[in-house]
Amino acid sequence: MFQSLFPRDVFAELDRLQREMRESFDLSPSIRGLGRGGFPALNVGGTPQSVEIFAFAPGLDPATVEVNLDRGVLSIAGERKPDLPADDGGKAAVHINERFSGRFRRVVSLSDDIDPNGVSADYRDGVLHITAKRRESARPRRIAVQ
Amino acid sequence: MNDTTAVTRNERGSRNDATQRAEAAQRNGSALIPPVDVIEDSTGITLRADLPGVAKDKLTLHVESGTLTIEGEVGLALPENMEASYAEVSMPRFRRVFTLSKELDTDKVSAELKHGVLNLRIPKAEHAQPRRIDIKVS
Repeated sequence: MFQSLFPRDVFAELDRLQREMRESFDLSPSIRGLGRGGFPALNVGGTPQSVEIFAFAPGLDPATVEVNLDRGVLSIAGERKPDLPADDGGKAAVHINERFSGRFRRVVSLSDDIDPNGVSADYRDGVLHITAKRRESARPRRIAVQ
Repeated sequence: MNDTTAVTRNERGSRNDATQRAEAAQRNGSALIPPVDVIEDSTGITLRADLPGVAKDKLTLHVESGTLTIEGEVGLALPENMEASYAEVSMPRFRRVFTLSKELDTDKVSAELKHGVLNLRIPKAEHAQPRRIDIKVS
């Protein structure tokens, strides 16, 4: 009886529907797929001097986060350990489990004018802030007229 | 000339009102819903919430008439004249409301915020603690 009522997981179906709607709105999706909804969430911004990347990755040990830059591709990888109690014979009940746990990796391709030696990262309040400096030669400048 | 000034001032005044209203609406209305884990054991409930970018002084926890409100404001160290080009976290605010049940002791809530994760512990009231009931044989 229940099988006919719930042929598939209703929430998985809603997720799929949402994803398809998003895909139909995005006319030129990235080759790395839709990053939205992944962990950590990313915000990217730029100034004339640098590219700023904010990764919203709470609850990590900063020492275990790997930030790599390889041929203009920046990757953020790490693992978030599950905080849930181990199965201890049904003493604790997990009522809501929404927080991400497990290994993660997110990749951003940076523009060509990034100086590979000028990338710095800091972790504060669960936000990983990566600053990638643009090359001196690529920065906007005013040319004096003689 | 005086009239013009008055008109401009009025316009500006009303625009300010409008922006203020919009800001207030934003404050009351739209906020991100932080993901949480809720675990119950025999002595109480543990709630963990992901609030990245929320500093300790920007986090408000409010317990009132059986509801728990978690509210936090995201504060990022944005460099000057930064232009956002891509954003997955589109609002600088988190909010989530939970209804508490009667056996929870809201006077003894303890909270800890570390690396953007809020760890909240709500113990159960004394009378609701589990105890073994002896069966008398008559």
